[in-house]
Amino acid sequence: MAVCIAVIAKENYPLYIRSVPSQNELKFHYTVHTSLDVVEEKVSAVGKSLADQRELYLGLLYPTEDYKVYGYVTNSKVKFVIVVDSSNTSLRDNEIRSMFRKLHNSFTDVMCNPFYNPGDPILSKAFNGIVSGMMVQTS
Amino acid sequence: MESQEETPIIYTMENKPIVTCAGDQSLFTSLYTSLAQQLPREPMEWRRTYGRAPKMIHLEANFVQFKEELLPKEGNKALLTFPFLHIYWTDCCDTETYKSSVKEDMMRWQNTLRSHSSADWVIIVVETNDTKKNKKTNILPRSSIVDKIRSDFCNKQNDRCVVLSDPLKDSSRSLDSWNALLLKLRTLLLMSFTKNLGRFEDDMRTLREKRTQPGWSFCEYFMVQEELAFVFEMLQQFEDALVQYDELDALFTQYVLNFGAGDTANWLGSFCAPVRNWSGLLLRRPIDMEKRDSIQRGEASLLDLRSYLFSRQCTLLIFLQRPWEVTQRALELLHNCVQELRLLEVSVIDGALDCWVFLSCLEVLHRIEGCCDQAQLAANCSHTVGLWAYATDKLKSLGELCGLVSKNGPTSEDLNRTVDLLAGLGDERPETINSLQSPYKKLKEALSSVEAFEKHYLELSHAAMEMYQAIGRLRSARLVGKSLAEFYMAKGDPERAETFLQEALKSYVSEGWSLPVTHTRRQIAECQKLLGRTEDYLQTSALLAGDGNLSTEERKHFCQEILSFAGKSENHSHKVTLSMNVFAQLTRLQFHPATASVHSGAVLQVELTLRCLMPVSVRIQQLAASIHFDIDHGGTHGRSKGTLRRTNRGTVEFKQGNSSAGPASSAAAGPTLEMDEIQDRSPSDNSLASVGVVCKNTHLVMRRRENGSPPETPNCVSPPTVAMKEGGQMLKVQDVKLEPGNNSITFTAPSGQPGTYTLRQLCATVGEVQFVLSHIYPSVRYEVYSQEPQLTVEPLSEPLLAGMPQLVKFTLLTGHYTVKKGDALQLSNTETMPILPSSSCTARISSPDAELVGESVLSIQSSEKVTSISLPPTPPYHALEFQLEVLCLIPSGSDRPANERLTNGEVRHRPRSYSHPDTPMTAIDQRMSIDCPWSIYSTLLALTFYIPFKTKHSLLSSGNRKYIQVCVQNVSDMSFTLADVKLTEKQHESLELQSFNTKTNQLLCSKHSVFCLWEARWKDDLPSCLQCVFSANFCPLNQESCAFKPFHYQFQLERVTTLYSVKAEIFPPAGEPHCRSGLVCGLEVSITRLIEPSDGEMAEDSKTDTDGLKTTKLMYEVADSSSNWAVCGKSSGMVVMPLKANATHKLQIEVMPLFAGHLPFPKIKVLKYLPHNAAAAIQPDPDSCVENDSLSLLDKTLDDQGDTASIRSRGSIHSVGSSDQQQRGVAMPRLEAFSQGQVFNNSHSQQVLVLPTADDHIMEVNAT
Repeated sequence: MAVCIAVIAKENYPLYIRSVPSQNELKFHYTVHTSLDVVEEKVSAVGKSLADQRELYLGLLYPTEDYKVYGYVTNSKVKFVIVVDSSNTSLRDNEIRSMFRKLHNSFTDVMCNPFYNPGDPILSKAFNGIVSGMMVQTS
Repeated sequence: MESQEETPIIYTMENKPIVTCAGDQSLFTSLYTSLAQQLPREPMEWRRTYGRAPKMIHLEANFVQFKEELLPKEGNKALLTFPFLHIYWTDCCDTETYKSSVKEDMMRWQNTLRSHSSADWVIIVVETNDTKKNKKTNILPRSSIVDKIRSDFCNKQNDRCVVLSDPLKDSSRSLDSWNALLLKLRTLLLMSFTKNLGRFEDDMRTLREKRTQPGWSFCEYFMVQEELAFVFEMLQQFEDALVQYDELDALFTQYVLNFGAGDTANWLGSFCAPVRNWSGLLLRRPIDMEKRDSIQRGEASLLDLRSYLFSRQCTLLIFLQRPWEVTQRALELLHNCVQELRLLEVSVIDGALDCWVFLSCLEVLHRIEGCCDQAQLAANCSHTVGLWAYATDKLKSLGELCGLVSKNGPTSEDLNRTVDLLAGLGDERPETINSLQSPYKKLKEALSSVEAFEKHYLELSHAAMEMYQAIGRLRSARLVGKSLAEFYMAKGDPERAETFLQEALKSYVSEGWSLPVTHTRRQIAECQKLLGRTEDYLQTSALLAGDGNLSTEERKHFCQEILSFAGKSENHSHKVTLSMNVFAQLTRLQFHPATASVHSGAVLQVELTLRCLMPVSVRIQQLAASIHFDIDHGGTHGRSKGTLRRTNRGTVEFKQGNSSAGPASSAAAGPTLEMDEIQDRSPSDNSLASVGVVCKNTHLVMRRRENGSPPETPNCVSPPTVAMKEGGQMLKVQDVKLEPGNNSITFTAPSGQPGTYTLRQLCATVGEVQFVLSHIYPSVRYEVYSQEPQLTVEPLSEPLLAGMPQLVKFTLLTGHYTVKKGDALQLSNTETMPILPSSSCTARISSPDAELVGESVLSIQSSEKVTSISLPPTPPYHALEFQLEVLCLIPSGSDRPANERLTNGEVRHRPRSYSHPDTPMTAIDQRMSIDCPWSIYSTLLALTFYIPFKTKHSLLSSGNRKYIQVCVQNVSDMSFTLADVKLTEKQHESLELQSFNTKTNQLLCSKHSVFCLWEARWKDDLPSCLQCVFSANFCPLNQESCAFKPFHYQFQLERVTTLYSVKAEIFPPAGEPHCRSGLVCGLEVSITRLIEPSDGEMAEDSKTDTDGLKTTKLMYEVADSSSNWAVCGKSSGMVVMPLKANATHKLQIEVMPLFAGHLPFPKIKVLKYLPHNAAAAIQPDPDSCVENDSLSLLDKTLDDQGDTASIRSRGSIHSVGSSDQQQRGVAMPRLEAFSQGQVFNNSHSQQVLVLPTADDHIMEVNAT
């Protein structure tokens, strides 16, 4: 399960970022922000080769000693970043993918809300609930 | 010992599959060189088991002399030393020799092989011509030896015996036999590989399947699988070799993970031992035998195993030309190891892992650098940078651990720790002992002193940063920079730290990451405080004080920093100026009144809503807004065009970026367009040359966005230098307390001079600190205008009717003028429009907002010439309204403008009346001249009145009797009551006008007429000209109090007297009692002069005949307009009438009725004939062309005269036929009609009975 989940706008500002409360929130902000470097790198590399049949899942962006950072970019260039604890070895690539898919579906629901102004921070409770389900439960 | 034999083989890395050679060693030695050369020349296809893809491999072999020891013993799994092929060499051609010794030797060899169950052998028989020549005694055919060998040894395996012919000769036969041999050797080698490796793999798998059994050892298995890897490596199959290691890696990883999940394997215990050595990876040797040995002994630590595994993988990857995979795997490995140690709960002293990681990173980098050139390295920074950054990170934490980062240097505790760490490194490896830049030396040096640490740390940091920048990972570079900044801060060098922090902050701000922004900003604040950069520090403090990401305590702290600075009354020459946005935000501005447009001197209030971002309430000494003043070029009218763009009236909302960081989504959408209309007028005549729309904020809208980075946010990293522009007018409020959140502050705006006032800047002063909003945007302005007093008069109801009292409304807009007590309007009185005095005339004073301020009674004094209206005191920019009753007199004269010239010469005083196109009523423009107290010029105003009546008169005659008819037509929309209808004649007293009208009031409805009739009677003589005045009183019908107003109509009648009487008679044809249609009847016209000629007439148009009688000429005409009659013969002619009473002239004309019935008489017209006064009398032609020519012309004029026109002729004795004396002048004679009443027609509208002709018309009626 994830320790931090972030949705980042096309312009690279955070639309939503949530991390497990037990750990330093700031560190995750730095981590997610830095991961944008790799996201951009990957997206531009993908754009060169195959434009339309694009894989949204970017895979492992970069590992750190403590965390693994996975990326996903929607067609509208909104980025999802999931940070997973490195010690959590039970998570396979497929599980990460399905987490992203779930996140994307929920994000689409948020975007479909006529009262949501695209570009605003996401405050949706439903989305928050989905994210909570994917986060590490610290109880 | 076996290992003793193996060791040299492994070390040389010249591993080749072992092929043993038995038999004739000298023979083999002679052929060895060419064999070793030629064997790998041609590739062979190696078909693999388990569906692995076939491979082309070049085979090499290590030919060694056959020894029995070389054959593997039972259970020995060593593959590397395994002889894959055994060759027996012989050049025996002699049967005897063969039988005696060679066969025996071969037998022994075969038996040895068989005893070790090795079936991979071949016997090579070398044939040379030399041997043939030498051994002449050879009886048997040379092939017989081979056959013998085959029959002896190669049971059904004939291919196990190969003949090599003339190997040292350069012949085609030799070449062929060589090729055949090589092919055979290769094939056999491969067969052996397949067979033996397959068997080995099977064994290995079996061993692996036993891994769940107790007592299974990973290390043992490791050695087995590595053996396979070695063989693949030996066969140059690095890919396959790598697979073996990867499988081992995965297996081990899985065990560690299982351990984490609680599934412990016994053998794993050895790996859980505390780490004592952290010397890092060693990649310079192909095989690290030390570590391999420890693994073999089962004494290796986790780090040892990992290091060894990785070093092997690294070696193979480099063989495979994939150095970048090494770096990637290295990073994974290092992360993984750290995790695994954690998972296995291996006890490691603090920093040991950091050392290991640091050394390993550098070792990998060195290894990579060793096998790539600089250009390759530079191009693949993205693969190495991770290691650089990781190493930097680790060095930093080591530095922190060992007290090398602090300002004071390491403590003794730190030093102890350092010593412990260094001890774990062990001795430097022999490979790097001579290298100056080995990772080992670096680490040792870095940990040795603060300075050395700094040097190495900076070196690494900069390298990492540069690489990140080179590959465009700017965020990562900044993060390294930030960590560098933290280092500098710890070292007490805030100046250098700030540069990096600012850089990082800029990126966080521009991308809207609020939490990093806050964090970085707090670090900057610390720097700035240390550096003593007061202004910057205060600015940052202000930002932090308003930052919602911080706790209230922290915010209060930073706020207090500002306030305490502000409170210090130091001798600062200038105040510290900070941007206001961080302190408080201007969210709303409201004008009172909402129009934001007031007259000069009026009160205009500006209400600001400031959202204070401080956590505590702040007392502000002064809040000031500077104003830019523009003189309004639009004149004093004010209220010109509203250039203010307001969503709400009088309210300007200011959009703000998000409070602390983060571009608001609206900002991302770009600024809204601000459009304005422009008009370009030509300077000479002010005509419009062009119009257009201009965008006022092009610079904002058109600004290029770089790479989709969001636009600048107000909370920029280093706030722009803001300066409060001095001078000009200011809105000021003293001593305001701003509470956190929204505050409302009200200013009273100056409104002295007319013009446009634009709010430019806002400045809040707190002690020594000024918060300045350098630019209020969108621009806010208000207008002050000045207005001249205006007086307007307008009717209370439309239309104003003349002749009746009408109310008009006077409106005085005072403008800038103050109406003082005693000020009065002076109205010049005009005769045609008196102002009716009224007792109670109330003036209403209302404010600019149309609110009633006061009412007062006006005093109106009328003198002969002027009416003076005293005005009540009225403040400026108020409206004064009152009503007056005026009466426009209906001009009594004829309303025909043509007649106006008859009146006296004072035309200019008479209001001009005209017919208005919109209404049938005649309009009169009535001018008023008013003297106003504020101007030396009179104000001229015009009111338009409409006359409700149209009056017509006509004269009716009956013989000598005269009647006057007056028709009054009501053209207005109102109904009136008409009373006291009167007609008077002014000049002639003898004339009596007898009324035939009712005495009572008459109703005169709208669009209806009333006719009145009088008979004129006279005693002596009827005056030829009558001056009549018709007068009546009228009042509107619906008004109760019938205030009758007089109405006069003046007209003049001329030539009233009847001069001629015309009488006509129709006689039926002779012998008929009645006229019949179609038969010619006689028409007798007698024209009789009724009165003696007057003097005027005599002089005018008579002439003296030859016999002394006064005569005049008349023209008559019989015309039947309705085609009842046909005039036979002449229809018109001339008669000469004597100017004498009762003179009669008779005319006979033949007419024929065209229809039967009572036919009206044909019309007879009489006209005055005025000949040209020529002296010469010429005998005219009886059929004068004049008469005929002018007839058609006359017809029209006569018809116009109307029915009442009677035709008379002056008495004349001359008949038409005798009108010979008519003079034909040179000029044309004229005809003149008699005026109304001068000719009376007796037989007017008389009728005669006409019978139809005897034979009736046949009417055919066809009925179908």
